[in-house]
Amino acid sequence: MKRRNFVKRATLGSMASVIGADIVFGSVLPEGYKPLALQDPDPFKMFNKDTGMEVLNDKPWNIEAKAHLLDDKITPNKFMFIRNNGLIPENIDADKWTLEFDGESVAQKKTYTLAELKSKFPQYTYELTLECGGNGRSEFDPPAKGNQWTIGAVSCASWTGIRLKDVLEDVGIKDDAVYIGYHAADVHLSRDPGKEPISRGAPMAKALQEETLLAFKMNNEDIPIAHGYPLRLVAGGWPASVSGKWINRISIRNKVHDGTKMTGTAYRVPCNPVAPGEKVKDEDMCIIESMPVKSLITYPKSGAMINEGEKLDIRGHAWAGELEVERMEYSIDFGSTWQSCPIEKPSNRLAWQHFSASIDFPKKGYYEIWARATDSRGASQPMLLPGWNPKGYLNNACHRIAIKVT
Amino acid sequence: MQEHAKFKQQVKAIYRLMAGLFGLFIVAAIGILLLVSNPDWTRKKATEVESEYVAIPEVDDFDKIENGIHVRTGLIEADGLMTVVNNCTNCHSAKLVTQNRMNAERWIATIKWMQETQNLWDLGKNEEIIVNYLVTNYPAKKKGRREVLSNIEWYDLED
Repeated sequence: MKRRNFVKRATLGSMASVIGADIVFGSVLPEGYKPLALQDPDPFKMFNKDTGMEVLNDKPWNIEAKAHLLDDKITPNKFMFIRNNGLIPENIDADKWTLEFDGESVAQKKTYTLAELKSKFPQYTYELTLECGGNGRSEFDPPAKGNQWTIGAVSCASWTGIRLKDVLEDVGIKDDAVYIGYHAADVHLSRDPGKEPISRGAPMAKALQEETLLAFKMNNEDIPIAHGYPLRLVAGGWPASVSGKWINRISIRNKVHDGTKMTGTAYRVPCNPVAPGEKVKDEDMCIIESMPVKSLITYPKSGAMINEGEKLDIRGHAWAGELEVERMEYSIDFGSTWQSCPIEKPSNRLAWQHFSASIDFPKKGYYEIWARATDSRGASQPMLLPGWNPKGYLNNACHRIAIKVT
Repeated sequence: MQEHAKFKQQVKAIYRLMAGLFGLFIVAAIGILLLVSNPDWTRKKATEVESEYVAIPEVDDFDKIENGIHVRTGLIEADGLMTVVNNCTNCHSAKLVTQNRMNAERWIATIKWMQETQNLWDLGKNEEIIVNYLVTNYPAKKKGRREVLSNIEWYDLED
């Protein structure tokens, strides 16, 4: 019902953004009338998302999952969060799609068609964890600016594509290459063609990893449009903004890429820790690389009531950016005691790992189950919010669910 | 024999003509009867058809307020509402505004950032109106270092 209302309330502006043109005489459109191009602007239908997903923003589209929706080992499209900085490109023609390589450190400019990329290079499939750098932002105090993600801006799908490394070798890169920066077909919110909504990238070391893909399939099908059809980067374990969607150009840079949302405070945290609310100069902000260790209880959904004497089975996933999760624990007494539970090995590097446990409760009452993962370097999730930062990134505080034993 | 067949054909033609005329008469009679008994019959039907395609436009409704909420954007009705609608919902959704809770200083910094990087125009005197609207109607909430779990939907867990 709320969702329906929201759809009704969608502004002309957002209608225009979906249609791709301004609605002339928009101000005299009868209320409740939807232009033909938008007869069904229901985002859940438009993007094939489960109606349990939460729309944070409709221009640009930003939609997150909830913990219990992420129960699948491999996240299906219907439960995958959408994060956009600009407007989704229109009229995509995969047959004419090309990828250009340029930049200061490219041996020679080169352009491939999508078909060439698919046929010329070996293909690989990996399960890769993608988490928005701002996942968990809503918990920071003082609040941080931006989409107020709670816990659902994370996914682990199966991605198929070619290794960026193989293509870079074919293109030829100079010794002074430092960074790659992507460029894509999405449109700036202001519709200014001179502006890119986002153009981020990664240092050469990440670009050359075996799991860093130029992907054209997600869960063994064409990538859905909202997730970057027909070609995107997938760099698991790093802020998902590194994994550019709809990419059509990659610049090989002899310095840190300076595209939109690489500079200033975007996807950066203070190089040295600061007090909550403290002002930080741009030059004291450092680019986020690997995401921190984190976990989610995906079963049961928070709010479950069970009878006294019954065991409760829980399960979920844990991930640790570039690293692996080595230990998984849970607590039913607000961290007074922690119980270890089994954590599976990842199906490949950078895939999230699955845990499960069976819990006995000592007596009736209200409980919270807190989950805590520890990575291969010994870093654990904090129970409280981690270090405050101006843009509210990297909140990896323990996830918890509420349970009643009656 | 030939003449007999010709005669038969003529009779058939006359019969068909009579039958046709009779049919027309019946249709006309029903039409007249309906019109007499219900003079609005034809008109009503026409408007019914129309109403499937056209909602009567009411220009005022575009900025309709319901229960203190500007329906089109979801913004709270208060001083400065339309200034916010007209300046802050052209490029991005109002949901991006209402999700965020900041003090005046940080809203001003955000406006400056949008002007420097996102093609936002000079707001002039409207800047104060907008910032006042936002800090009054969407004040920052104290969350501390970790909030209690709230809005829990309790349910019986089935095995």
